[in-house]
Order: sequence, then structure tokens, then C-alpha cells
Amino acid sequence: MRTTVVIMMIFSMIGSACGIGTSTTPSQGGTQQNLRVLVHDSFAINASLVEEFEKIQDVKLEFIKAGDAGTLLNKALLTKDNPLADVIYGFDNTFLSRALENDLLVGYTPVALADIPVQYQMDKSNRAIPVDFGDVCINYDKAYFLDHKLAIPQTLEDLLKPEYNRLLVMENPTTSSPGLAFLLATIANYGAENYLDYWVKLKANGLVVVNDWETAYYTNFSASSGKGPQPMVVSYGTSPAAEVVYASTPIDTSPTASLTGYGMCFRQVEFIGILNGTKNRVLAEKFIDFMLSVPVQEDIPLQMFVFPANSKATLPEVFVKNIQIPEKPATLGTEMINQNREKWLADWTTAILR
Amino acid sequence: MLSTIPVIFMVVFYILPVFEIFHKSFSGIVLFNTNSQIWSIVSKSLWFTVWQALLSTILTLMLGLPAAYVLYKVQFRGRSIFRTITAIPFILPTVVVAAGINALIGPRGWINLLLQGILNLNTPPVQIMGTISAILIAHVFYNLTIVIRLVGSAWSGLNPRLEAAANTLGANPIKTFWLITLPLLRPVIAAAMVLVFIFDFTSFGVILLLGGPGFATLEVEVFTQAMALFNLPLASILAFIQLICTLILTLVYQYFSTRPVPLVPAAEKASFAQPIKLGKKIFVATIVIVLLLLILTPMVSLVARSFIRMDADRGGQVSLASGFTLDYYRALSINPRHDYFFIPPIIAIWNSIKYGVITSFSSLMLGLMIVYGFKQNKAQQGIFDTLLMIPLGTSAVTIGLGYIFFFNKPPFLWGASQWLIPMAHTLVALPFVVRGLIPAVGSIPVSYRQSAAVLGASPWNVIWSIDLPIIRSVLISSLVFSFTISLGEFGATSFLSRPDFPTIPIAIFRFLSQPGGLNYGQAMAMSTILMLVCAIGIVFIEKTIFTVQETVI
Repeated sequence: MRTTVVIMMIFSMIGSACGIGTSTTPSQGGTQQNLRVLVHDSFAINASLVEEFEKIQDVKLEFIKAGDAGTLLNKALLTKDNPLADVIYGFDNTFLSRALENDLLVGYTPVALADIPVQYQMDKSNRAIPVDFGDVCINYDKAYFLDHKLAIPQTLEDLLKPEYNRLLVMENPTTSSPGLAFLLATIANYGAENYLDYWVKLKANGLVVVNDWETAYYTNFSASSGKGPQPMVVSYGTSPAAEVVYASTPIDTSPTASLTGYGMCFRQVEFIGILNGTKNRVLAEKFIDFMLSVPVQEDIPLQMFVFPANSKATLPEVFVKNIQIPEKPATLGTEMINQNREKWLADWTTAILR
Repeated sequence: MLSTIPVIFMVVFYILPVFEIFHKSFSGIVLFNTNSQIWSIVSKSLWFTVWQALLSTILTLMLGLPAAYVLYKVQFRGRSIFRTITAIPFILPTVVVAAGINALIGPRGWINLLLQGILNLNTPPVQIMGTISAILIAHVFYNLTIVIRLVGSAWSGLNPRLEAAANTLGANPIKTFWLITLPLLRPVIAAAMVLVFIFDFTSFGVILLLGGPGFATLEVEVFTQAMALFNLPLASILAFIQLICTLILTLVYQYFSTRPVPLVPAAEKASFAQPIKLGKKIFVATIVIVLLLLILTPMVSLVARSFIRMDADRGGQVSLASGFTLDYYRALSINPRHDYFFIPPIIAIWNSIKYGVITSFSSLMLGLMIVYGFKQNKAQQGIFDTLLMIPLGTSAVTIGLGYIFFFNKPPFLWGASQWLIPMAHTLVALPFVVRGLIPAVGSIPVSYRQSAAVLGASPWNVIWSIDLPIIRSVLISSLVFSFTISLGEFGATSFLSRPDFPTIPIAIFRFLSQPGGLNYGQAMAMSTILMLVCAIGIVFIEKTIFTVQETVI
């Protein structure tokens, strides 16, 4: 009896003492200001860089992770009237137009923009500012291709050859961002009229589709720890470098490489922007300058496995050694993507999945 | 008075946020790109959702009932450990379960490798990934514990005199089961069935990861429409249909379950223990083996993965270390790139336990308030009870977006406050607690309470010394459910998670989102830790809380 009461009391004390009562709310914090940054789940950054920024600007950075690039933007759009944050980072060129046409962002022209190649500055009014880029490419299992004396596919057309029957796994474009990027690559190559013909042939050649990157890479791909049945997977151009950095037994060269033939990869550019309605405009601008600064840009590759947009940043060696950069990646206008995305997804789903 | 708190809770944490998001979706602020395919999408996904849920529920019940009997009515060594193990699948993230099932029966899982070796085949004989079978197996794996816990805890508290009387009068065990036990357990079996059905009905991760792109439930379709296609009106229509289905189901269930289960205090149970016959031994052994195969093997393959280096073939180019390793566990506490979002394992464990404790405490308190607060008014209790079930059938996207939208503006301005996470967990746990408590409290004979009151016991005293011993096993299973629901990060909470308060499932997702053998190994190590935390939590709840001295009445 008595022990029960005591335990119940302890229970309630734990409940109230668990720090929930002292949780940090956005408005709290004396004279020091808070800057809220909405980011995608993959965002990573060196802690000392964050601390340095906080010290110099006398600000507390509060990061809110909000899912993948698409989910992130949708959340920002839904809460437009009462913005969740001051800055948003991580939406890409496949969603750019949606952000722009909904008046989600306000413009800002950072000095560092001069060091960023013009091709990445897709919003001419600088509401969305490029931070980094990466390619979605097919990764292949080097050992499998060597053992089976298979030639490396050089074009999208090559993938239709019978020797690659049942060797490729990709993600459902509706539920996965690399899947969507690969679909866009084929549209860039074959045009909006003919791309489905290509897919019907690819399907006939034993294309395997799963819903998410995790399953494709860790369950189906033969060169990952899952030791799956397919030696080719739609992934990122930087994945071979990650395989070296995160190898379970230290290795020098990656067991995988990317297929970077003409138009086989799709280039994604990730943007940062100031959310319309922020009360911290000046600090938000400082944060964007910070994200484009050389130290952060040089930290980005190994944190998030993407390339820095700032051309003054030098690349880590593991990137230079293990990543094949496509000479001619596929791209599509952001306007065109935004207007047709839903239709393409619906048509593709009907033709390939149902 | 007592009942106002749960009512306020429901209004603030469910009704208002969900109303807001529906209102927003239909008010045309965002794009309304309707197309003629709407009704084909609706009917197709509704049909698939219903039949797979029905099939999964029947299978879960077919295995769950004998398992509940074995784990709660038969004495054997290791029973309590076994009971704990059956609860663990409930908390495992789908990504991890998919990996476990794949390691077992995937194209290169060890069953296929074994069969290929024995039968000398070139292709894997068992092709189950991406089929309806994979979905069904996973649903049974996940939800078996609901049937075992709810039915088992009531079964063990069932007044054994009735069965004993039937036996004395010459009924064989099977006849006794059909004529006495089953009818007595009917309300709780119905409760378990409804909960399992709703979980299968709103299945998301299992369908996406194990079923693959060929299958879509309403829940999957809601997510796709809302988050990928940004078609909020259609997403809302689908979410609303799902909600109405849950409501109808709950009402049907309410109609059929009015009789309480006659429970007795723990003290009276022991005297009716029965001797074990050979036939019964074989039956028990069979059930134990089936449970071991279904539940234990995927979990064991996960644990094994966290200790064994499993690099893919490098074609002889690189010599690889293989075999036993602790590297994955060691790597968990190393932050090589000094990442700001690095999650020290101890912090993840602490946050998970913290949310688990708060969820179990608040759902138990609210549950007791509901049961005792509405005791005088059965009609009101029925209505509230029905209302509680609806959040379970509301799509995670709806609740998640509703929270973000509703709590981000005046009067709350909680933004992404970490308070919201245990509250969302409580919303899911509460129906489990109330489902268990209502029949249990209803079963307490009025005469017991009256006698106690006549002998001078205060109302609180009556609850502590009469009610508590009788409903003890149900209270424990309520706490276990709330704790596990919270640990498993159900549905909507993935929309509310905060990087500054990471939990174990969040750490797992983080590792699995990047390539590399080390990341995979660490995800498996973190999953093993999650299972361990869950098991320890359950043992703690079962052994320490509510262990009242068994006073003889």
C-alpha cells in the first residue's frame, strides 16, 4: 500500500521534473535574441561554427528540422501567416517555383553571391539563394560489374540493353526525392512527350521500384551492407565518398561509383531564404552570409555530402578521389517542373506502378 | 468535476487542431488541383485498406488468443521474460523491422541462402518482399501484443470459479472455453480486435516499406496527397473518410460490448491452479515455438547485425575484417565531424525514457479521471469513450499538420514546443488505457465497496484497497502500452520531433539516411538499445509499480 503511494509520487515528480516545465519557448531568453531556422532532416554543421556565429552575433540559433525538402517547404507554406521560423534552408530547384509563387520569401543579395556560379542563381530576385548542389546519379557495384565482366552503361539508352535486365533499383518518384530527380532526368532527355515510352521499355527490362531511398540502398543494392540483388541503385553522386568515410572496415577507394554519362544525372541545387514576416531581418541576413562563408562552405561537403555553391571553398580529398562529377547533368526549368510535377507523377504512376 | 480535465485535453489536443487543418484545407487558401481521378483513388485505397486490415486482424486474433492463454494462464519457466519480449515489436520503427525481416527472408536473407544451398537453386525460392504476405506478417508481428496484453490480463483476472464449476459439472476444457470463457472474454476480445483493426487500417510504414509502391492504404494516400502532391483538399477528403470509418467501427463495437468481465483480486487466483496434462503441454510448446519464430527471429537478426560486421563482397579487391565487433556501439559516442546535431546515445535514451514516463503518467491519470469521473453517467462515458478512439483512426499527417498549424499561433504560440510530443503520445495511448480500465472497474462488485464503506473506509481508501488490487493487472498493462507507444514514436510525432530533444528512433533514422556500412551498423546498434530500453521499462513497470501487498478480503 504505502510503497505504491510512494512510487506513484516519485512517478509524478519525475513527470514534472523532467525538464518539460523549463522547456525553451521561442520568446524566452532575456536580452539575447533567438533566430529560428527551418531546415531539412539531413542538415548537419560543425558545432564550433554554430557557436562562433552565436557568440559574434549574440544570438541563440534554434534549428527546427521539418522532414525532407518537400515536407519542409509544405510546412513553411502552411504556416505562412504565423511563420515557424525566420530563415528556411534546404528546399531545392524541384520545389523552387512553389516557394516563389506563394510569396514565402523576401529578397536579399549577399556579397558572397559574387562567388557563386550564375547557373545556380535560379531566382533572379534573390529570394532563394543557392547554398549547395549535388547530383542524383545511378550508383553501381564495382565488384559486381568486374566479376560479371559487364560494361558500364554510358547513356540512359544503354540501361535498356538485355545484359542489364533486373539490375537497377530506383525509388518511387512520388514518395522519394532522388526518385523524382531521376524521373526529371529522363524528361530532360526524352522530352515531356516521349519520356513515358522510355519508362515502359525500362520496366520491360526488369526495373525494380521501391518507395524510399533507405530500402533501395540498404535492402536492394548489392554493394551496401544489405547485400541486395541489384548492382545499380538510384542514389546520390556523392554516395561513393560516403561509403569510404563511413566504411565499417577502413578503405581507401569506394566499392561503388556513379554513372555519369550524358544526361544520366540530375542536378539539385539547395537554397536558403528569409521567410516573409520575420521580425529578425538583420540577423537572418547575417545567417545567410554565414552559410555562404568559406568556413561553412568547406564544412558542408563532409557533413551533408553535397558540393558547396561558393567556388572559393576547397573540396575535401575524399570527394576529389571518389566522386565522378557529370559533365552534362540534366536540368529542367523550375517553372516547367512546378507546372507539370503532379501530372508527370500521376502519369508515371499509372504507366509503371499500376 | 473530475471529468472536465480529460474533456479539455481532448478539445485542445485533438478537436481544435484537427478542425483547424480541415478548415484550412477546404477553405481554398492553397491550390485546389482537383481532378477526375478523385473517386477512383478514394474507392481503390478504401477497398484495399479494409480488406488487408480485416485479414491482418483475423490472423492476429488467431495467433493472439492462444498466445494470451499460454502467456497468462499457464505457468512455465521464463514466462514473464517471454511476455516482455512479445511487447517489443510494438515499439520498433518500421525501417528497422523491414531491415530485420529482410535479413531473415529477403532475397539474400539467411532462409533463402539456406534453401538455395540445400536445394541447389539459382534464384531465391522465398520471394516475399513487396507482396501482401510481407504486409500481413508484419501486421501480425506488430500488433500481436495488443491481443496478448488486453485479452491475457483480463483472462488471468477472470473469476476461475465459473470455469471450475463447468469442469465439475462434466464439461471438457474445449466446451468450457466455448461456453464459459469465450463469452466472458467477449468484450475484451472485441476491444482488442477493434484496436488491432484500427492500427492495421491506418497502417503506413509497413505498407510503404514492406509492401512497396504497388500498395496504398488511405493513410499512405493521405500522406502522398498532402506532402508529395500538396493536394490538401483531396488529402483531407481521404483523411475524413478514414476518420468516419473509425467512428463507425467504434460504434459497432460499443453496441456489442456492454457486459463487463468478472474479475477477481489477485489473491483468489492462485487457489485454482490446474495440473498440466500432456495434450496441454504439446499445445503450449507449439504456441511458444510459433511465437519464437515469428517474433524472436527478426529481432535476433537485428541484434546479430549490430555485433557482426557485414560488409558486402568487394570482389577480392580489399581484404575485409569480418566477424564479431563492438565497433558500432563504440562509434555511437564518437562525433568525428563535430556535428552540431550529433546525438549522444545517452541523451537519446534519456529523452525517450522521459517522454515514455510522462506519457504513461498522463495517460493513466487521464484514463482514471475518465473512468471514475464518468462512473455515474454511463451514457456520457460511452460518448467520451467513442470520442477517444477517433484520434487512433486520424491520419498522422492530419494530427501532425494540425498541431503545427494550431499551436503555432495565438493563444498558444508553443511553436514546436517539446510538450506537444508526449501529449500526442498520450492521445494514442489513452484509448488503450480506457479500453482496459472500463471493463475492469465495471467488474468490481458493488457489494465489496459497500462493505468497505460500512466498515468505515473513506472513498479514497475504498479505491486503494478494493479497486486497486482488482484492476492491478489492467493498470500495469495500461502503463506498459503507454510507455511502449511513446518509445515507438507513433505516427504524428514524427512531424513534431525536435533536433534539440532527439529520441532513440530519431537517432536510428539519422544513421539510416546516409550510405556506408558504419551508419548501417550504428542504426542496428541503436535499434538494439531501443529494444533493451523497452524491455527494461516493461520489467520495471511490472515488478515495481502497484505491487500491493495482497490483502485477503
